[in-house]
Amino acid sequence: MHFEYQIEGGNFTRAGFASSEIKKMLKQLNVDLAIIKRTVVATYEAEVNVVAHAYSGTIYVDVDEKKIIIKLVDEGPGIPDIEQAMKEGYSTASSRVREMGFGAGMGLPNMKKNADDLKISSEVGKGTTVEIRMRFSS
Amino acid sequence: MTVEQLKEKLGLKVFGGEQGLANEISGGYVSDLLSDVMGNADTGQIWITLQTHKNVMAIASLKDLVAIILVKNHEPEEDTLAQSNEEGIPLLGTNMSTFELSGKIYELLK
Ligand SMILES: Nc1ncnc2c1ncn2[C@@H]1O[C@H](COP(=O)(O)OP(=O)(O)OP(=O)(O)O)[C@@H](O)[C@H]1O
Ligand SMILES: [Mg+2]
Repeated sequence: MHFEYQIEGGNFTRAGFASSEIKKMLKQLNVDLAIIKRTVVATYEAEVNVVAHAYSGTIYVDVDEKKIIIKLVDEGPGIPDIEQAMKEGYSTASSRVREMGFGAGMGLPNMKKNADDLKISSEVGKGTTVEIRMRFSS
Repeated sequence: MTVEQLKEKLGLKVFGGEQGLANEISGGYVSDLLSDVMGNADTGQIWITLQTHKNVMAIASLKDLVAIILVKNHEPEEDTLAQSNEEGIPLLGTNMSTFELSGKIYELLK
């Protein structure tokens, strides 16, 4: 199965919509609850990062009976130093975003902790691609 | 203890999500940093915060939290309340500070 979702940069009222749809789908597929929980954390953080830090993006979801691959491709400023961005506490979030309680610099570490496999590539001035892979059999 | 029982004991205000009042509380989490809650809160917990915007409901729903309590007389925004009612996740309020409320709930749940 293949699904796509659009993400609008800066639009926090829609943040989490795709993650919620993915959660519902995995529940219908009877995926193990612990795996659904980890998928939800990783996907939500990736989705919010597009809203908070990029201009627009698309989520491509591919799921079969063994795995789910969630790929987020955004157009945005990109990440100059991915290793630095992965450090807990590192954030360039705007003050508006921080006031909402985002910008703790914990999103990428949460993704790393919860995804079975996480790939990030980025080009400064163009955008960022994040790929989250989860296996259903442990 | 159910959310309803906790609400009665502490005189909490119910803004919305009444459908979920009968749900059982497994514990609690206190934070105003959303990715801290995303990473560390767990299913069935009550979440104490001063954040009032809609993303708190999105997180409560994604994490299967049992209720949200807004401290210090904070009031939810309109779309936050609407989502609480849609999802049946109670949105509660108190005039107590986070410190006071957490201490009381900790005593009641232990
Ligand atoms: N899609 C993206 N586009 C551009 N920059 C990004 C993107 N994702 C992450 N970053 C950069 O990496 C930093 C760290 O991201 P991370 O998700 O860990 O923290 P945060 O989003 O700032 O705060 P939190 O996730 O705790 O709310 C961000 O502040 C930003 O500088
Ligand atoms: Mg983030």
